[in-house]
Amino acid sequence: MAFKIVTSQCTLCGACEFECPNAAITLRNDIYVIDPALCSECEGHFENPQCAEICPVPATCIPA
Amino acid sequence: MSAPLVPLSGLKIATRKEMKKEGGCAASSCGSKAGPADMDPATWAKVKDHPCYSEEAHHYFARMHVAVAPACNIQCNYCNRKYDCANESRPGVVSERLTPEQAARKVLAVAAEVPQLSVLGIAGPGDAAYDWRRTRATFDLVAARLPDIRLCMSSNGLALPDHIDEIVAMNIDHVTITINAIDPEIGEKIYPWIFFGGKRRTGIEAATILRDRQLQSLEMLHQKGVLVKVNSVLIPGINDEHLIEVNKAVKERGAFLHNIMPLISDPAHGTHFGLTGQRGPTAAELKKVQDACAGGANLMRHCRQCRADAVGLLGEDRGQEFTLDKLPEVIEDAPEAREAYRAWVAEERRDRAAAAAEAVLPAAEKPTLFAVCTRGSGRINLHFGYATEFQIYEADADGIRFVGHRRADNYCLGGHGDSERMDEILRVLADVPYVLCAKIGEGPRNRLAAAGIEAIDSLGQDYIEAAIAAVLSTRSARKGGGAARRA
Ligand code: SF4
Ligand code: SF4
Repeated sequence: MAFKIVTSQCTLCGACEFECPNAAITLRNDIYVIDPALCSECEGHFENPQCAEICPVPATCIPA
Repeated sequence: MSAPLVPLSGLKIATRKEMKKEGGCAASSCGSKAGPADMDPATWAKVKDHPCYSEEAHHYFARMHVAVAPACNIQCNYCNRKYDCANESRPGVVSERLTPEQAARKVLAVAAEVPQLSVLGIAGPGDAAYDWRRTRATFDLVAARLPDIRLCMSSNGLALPDHIDEIVAMNIDHVTITINAIDPEIGEKIYPWIFFGGKRRTGIEAATILRDRQLQSLEMLHQKGVLVKVNSVLIPGINDEHLIEVNKAVKERGAFLHNIMPLISDPAHGTHFGLTGQRGPTAAELKKVQDACAGGANLMRHCRQCRADAVGLLGEDRGQEFTLDKLPEVIEDAPEAREAYRAWVAEERRDRAAAAAEAVLPAAEKPTLFAVCTRGSGRINLHFGYATEFQIYEADADGIRFVGHRRADNYCLGGHGDSERMDEILRVLADVPYVLCAKIGEGPRNRLAAAGIEAIDSLGQDYIEAAIAAVLSTRSARKGGGAARRA
């Protein structure tokens, strides 16, 4: 149960990092990655995964 | 494309008196709008050095934008995040992304080199209020080193109400909010979604929340004495007629300026509007909406949609000279140069105001447009061949007014040939009978003449208003059968 980022589509805007309630998203070597150990798919925090809600590029934050 | 900024040596330019020009009569009907005469002192103090807010200041001062806040909380149909945001930036050109520390270094380097610098702005790509941590960090770093530089930011307004107190505490005295619609049914056609309260929202709900937050921001900022400019993107067929309502609404709530700018749309930018064939307005359509809004909130006509990482006087762009890899290791600030420059500008402004007051028009002129080639200081001081854009002035019995810019640098067409450039100039100046420039070659002069446009280069270095008055009085003297007073 975790989300992932499709790196090839990511614009590096950083909005998902900002919204993630679990600080699961970080910039590593100039790409944003989701740590599956920290990602809860936003359970207990929000109805919908925040990264997918804010991401400007369709189908870029998706279930892993 | 980048004429140099006025170098410090240029400060020795002759005053009008030294140039021994004969001005004409003496009445005060002419004068550029939004000068000190028709503004209350507190507002004038805030805007006088701000090129984006004062039509008059944009002749003298430079602003720079840094792109530090790439995250955004809404989607606009004229924006493709792979490129820059069309709000305050030109599409198709990707900005250098900077951390707050890198941005602050860049500002220091520019301040040391460019004494005209008076304003630092944070605008797109992204939203400065949504990506607030980075915006605040950048402003804090710069304010600590350069207390004389003014700070401004722009935002879509959605996140602004959460940061009003900090904006006031940090002395950010100018905020720009982009408001394209106040009717949610129109807003819905411009904004496919917003992210608010942990949820992506669409349709009327999204447009309503956005509208309410935008107007709330405007009211709150106005109440706290922060100057607010409203930007609206003119989208033909969607909000062109509606912008008059927007103008009224923002004026009522205290907007200091309303800047109506054209949609720039091209399928190559990959925006929704670009891909669906939504076109941008023509220069005439833009002027029509701007004219219809005159009398509401003060309209701003000198905006040229500078890019988010632009450096320079409005319209010039020296951003490429200050990319990160070109910054010196150790940066020494030069506050004295900025002070000296500002003192010179104060002098020059008095001089120009006096010249404008002297310039008087023959009675009963019907409106005539003039295209002016200038690189600042309110003078005709640019060779026609170097002009990539023209300042358009309108003169009639009520006086001489700056009414906007027309670009002719083939920016969107990608053409570079001289003949293509000339075609573009003839196209954008189709309704303008006079071009005023410092110098012009015979070839271009003849091509302009063939299109019914008279090029005048005998008034080079003169102030714009004075030169226009001189042209008109020469013309009316000719018409009246008398001899022309000046060549
Ligand atoms: S789904 Fe939620 S918890 Fe997981 S990375 Fe996205 S925002 Fe963070
Ligand atoms: S929100 Fe989307 S585009 Fe932005 S950094 Fe995250 S994954 Fe990349």
